[in-house]
Amino acid sequence: MAGSAEPFLRLEGIRKDFGAFTALHDIRLEVTQGEFVCFLGPSGCGKTTLLRIIAGLEAQSAGSIHQGGRDISTLPPAQRDYGIVFQSYALFPNLSVFDNVAYGLVNRRAGRAAIAARVAELLKLVGLPEAGAKFPAQLSGGEQQRIALVRALATSPGLLLLDEPLSALDAIVRVHLRQEIRALQVRLGVTTVMVTHDQEEALSMADRIVVMNQGVIDQVGTPLQVYREPATPFVADFVGKVNMLAGTVEAPGRVRIGARSFACASCNGSAGRNVRAYLRPEDIVARPIAEGDANIIESKIEKIEFLGSYCLVRVAAPELEGQALTVYLSLSYLSEMGLESGGSMKLRILAERMRVFDA
Amino acid sequence: MSAVLQAAAPRQRVHWSDRVAQLLLAAIAAALATFLAGPLVALLAQSVQAKSGEFVALDNFFAYFGTPALADSLWNSVWTSLVVTAVVLPTAFAFAYALTRSCMPWKGAFRTVALTPLLAPSLLSAIAFIYWFGNQGVLKGWMQALGVEQVYGAPGIILSQLFSVFPHALMILVTALSLADARLYEAADALGTSAARKFVTITLPGAKYGIASAAMVTFTLVITDFGIPKVIGGNFNVLSTDVFKLVIGQQDFPKGAVVALFLLAPALLTFVVDRMVQRKQTSMLTARAVPYAPQPSLGRDAAMTAVCSIVVLLMLAVAGMAVFASCVKFWPYDLSFSLRHYAFGIVDGEVNTAMINSVVLALWTAVAGTAIVFTGAYLMEKTRGAQWLRAPVQLLSLVPMAVPGLVLGLGYIFFFNARQNPLNFLYHTMAILVLCTIVHFYTTGHLTAVTALKALDAEFESVAASLKVPFWKTFWRVTLPICTPALIDISRYFFINAMTTISAVVFLYSPDTRLVSVTILHLDEAGEIGAAAAMAVLIAATSLAVCILYLGLGRLAERRTQAWRLTK
Repeated sequence: MAGSAEPFLRLEGIRKDFGAFTALHDIRLEVTQGEFVCFLGPSGCGKTTLLRIIAGLEAQSAGSIHQGGRDISTLPPAQRDYGIVFQSYALFPNLSVFDNVAYGLVNRRAGRAAIAARVAELLKLVGLPEAGAKFPAQLSGGEQQRIALVRALATSPGLLLLDEPLSALDAIVRVHLRQEIRALQVRLGVTTVMVTHDQEEALSMADRIVVMNQGVIDQVGTPLQVYREPATPFVADFVGKVNMLAGTVEAPGRVRIGARSFACASCNGSAGRNVRAYLRPEDIVARPIAEGDANIIESKIEKIEFLGSYCLVRVAAPELEGQALTVYLSLSYLSEMGLESGGSMKLRILAERMRVFDA
Repeated sequence: MSAVLQAAAPRQRVHWSDRVAQLLLAAIAAALATFLAGPLVALLAQSVQAKSGEFVALDNFFAYFGTPALADSLWNSVWTSLVVTAVVLPTAFAFAYALTRSCMPWKGAFRTVALTPLLAPSLLSAIAFIYWFGNQGVLKGWMQALGVEQVYGAPGIILSQLFSVFPHALMILVTALSLADARLYEAADALGTSAARKFVTITLPGAKYGIASAAMVTFTLVITDFGIPKVIGGNFNVLSTDVFKLVIGQQDFPKGAVVALFLLAPALLTFVVDRMVQRKQTSMLTARAVPYAPQPSLGRDAAMTAVCSIVVLLMLAVAGMAVFASCVKFWPYDLSFSLRHYAFGIVDGEVNTAMINSVVLALWTAVAGTAIVFTGAYLMEKTRGAQWLRAPVQLLSLVPMAVPGLVLGLGYIFFFNARQNPLNFLYHTMAILVLCTIVHFYTTGHLTAVTALKALDAEFESVAASLKVPFWKTFWRVTLPICTPALIDISRYFFINAMTTISAVVFLYSPDTRLVSVTILHLDEAGEIGAAAAMAVLIAATSLAVCILYLGLGRLAERRTQAWRLTK
């Protein structure tokens, strides 16, 4: 957190029980003004529940929420200050796009002309200036979600909550719209919390990612931190592809895997302890291979999965007790070297990138 | 962490607009408690009291079984209901199968005719069968040739019930059979399955819950019906007529309460089974199912047309006889056209006031009932807070389906006729008839409203709250317009049932609030069967006219509120 400035949103000790089941355990989180934060996790991890607690749509069982310096812990939704967008769009189907966007404005007793101007401005903001007279059903899914977004932003709330806003859309629209939402958020500077189970979405949009698992926050960090320095095995496994290798601690800073020993800062603990080393596929490279490098291993190609410009190559490394590794190799490299299933090749392990956790 | 150390959960403050919703829900709960739970408790209490009022535990029940005549009625009720169920079920299934799974022509017409019994009081069919097979019946000789001495009694009850419950069974089975996944049939075809095997392995299992439900509903409707045995039962006693005789004739309230409880038992059982069945049925069909569209098949379609034609002709013969008999001068001697039965019924039978009363009752029920039912369903589905009220309201919204009209009406007597009840002033008023009829038909209306509301995005209310729009604005601008077709359905259902019902109101009307449906019973008792037929036809005609009006209303509402559905 930058400086000592009061965070815009502060969650303290949030717990949520559903009967005997505890959906959230002691959640603490601070979000600064203008930040875009993603709650990322598998279904059932409590991320949506946490968002609904921030919105006041669910009541927490314990803990407090402060927003903009105000304790909102016990306020009903109508007295909090946020706009919300749901996966289902939740556009009022019998109202025109104009009336949908103006829905919250009408209640503020703004003049008719002022409302019309504001709606026009908002529709232009999302590139749908002509859509006002249409019904939601006449728009595509992506267009409907844009309308839902500006409806939530119409009253200029201090906080924007997005509950899996892109999950109902098809892949191409999704990729396009996520950049659009991010650009709009940067432009308006509105503090935003988004819930998603799609790690790619979180990595590409968020300032910070909150990775959740079974009602607990596993890690909070920038997308790069979460990807490169996962704090727990769960984070390493859930965000991005990863190879998992069983080994033991040789000495602080050295891990032994099979017959080989690697230098790795994240390896600590007492010698002889069983550990698991997590390694991204891109951290195993095919070149440059320099003679005498301690991190080079021999491997046998088991299977090549063609994915277009690059391939997912599964290899077995005899020196690592035959443990399997998955590596990304470009198609051109494979054909240049004439590699195919059953062949063997040298690979270099970027050992410093390895994350070592207790087994 | 030990539970003792945990601070109390922070309670969200209640927004004043939510408070309004909670108060309304409390009002609905109070109304259901007063007008449903109260009478039922009064009935239960009555069954364990002596006539003098002291507590006698189960003595009334023992006394009941000690009276051979009454115990006979129980058996009579059960076996006639079983026979009717056994005949109606396969017939209605074939009919429903023809409507949903064949390419039979004139489906709309077949369906319409098959549903006509819903428009009239159930006893219309009893009157018609008296004209066919009664003492002066046209086909009395045929019947006696078959060895049946007279129609009054079990034969008449069974025949009349077949006619009047057919549409109820049909509707359930049509719903069950229209839930078919075409992919199953395509898979079976790809494996070269015979038609018979497809029927046994796909069609029947797919409809089994509907069949169970239809059987239970048929049985319950027959055993609790009052009009038919009253008119054509003769000396053949059944439970429902016993209740009437005990309560109205002998003023033996405790024993009447005991018999009423026997009627409540199968209805309650049906209700429980039906709820379980419904849950299973809806979960069977996934969102990805492909709707089944029947392909033409000459043999099957011809057979189906033949079966449906026979059923429809029989139904027309029954309904037609009632209409015909109501329009002849002097059955069976002078069959020339005359409206004298109508004139007699309306003038001498004072049906003019009764007709007005019935329409007033139906209008009030249609308007107030729809408003109450929809408000209740909305508050349950779409508002927050007051959790402790929700389970009781949910239960009370479903219970009316399990309470036969006779039982409800009897409960109303015991509850509202009690001098110490501050609501005693309602007794013998139009208001109590309206309230009783709303409660009687509450569940179907409630379920229709819930289905319509569930189809709406669950997050509308959350969005509105985030935009600081109070719930009633969203209710008015979004929920209500989208649900208009459901509102019209509910309102029509209330109207038609209020027009045709007899069972509950027969205990509650006063000389000033006589209803046409009840008047039919009196005309029949007075031997004026022609006038009785005329009045039953009059009710059917009114219902029909109202249905047509509702159809127009529906079209209009569709154009005004559903425009967004048609665009694309």
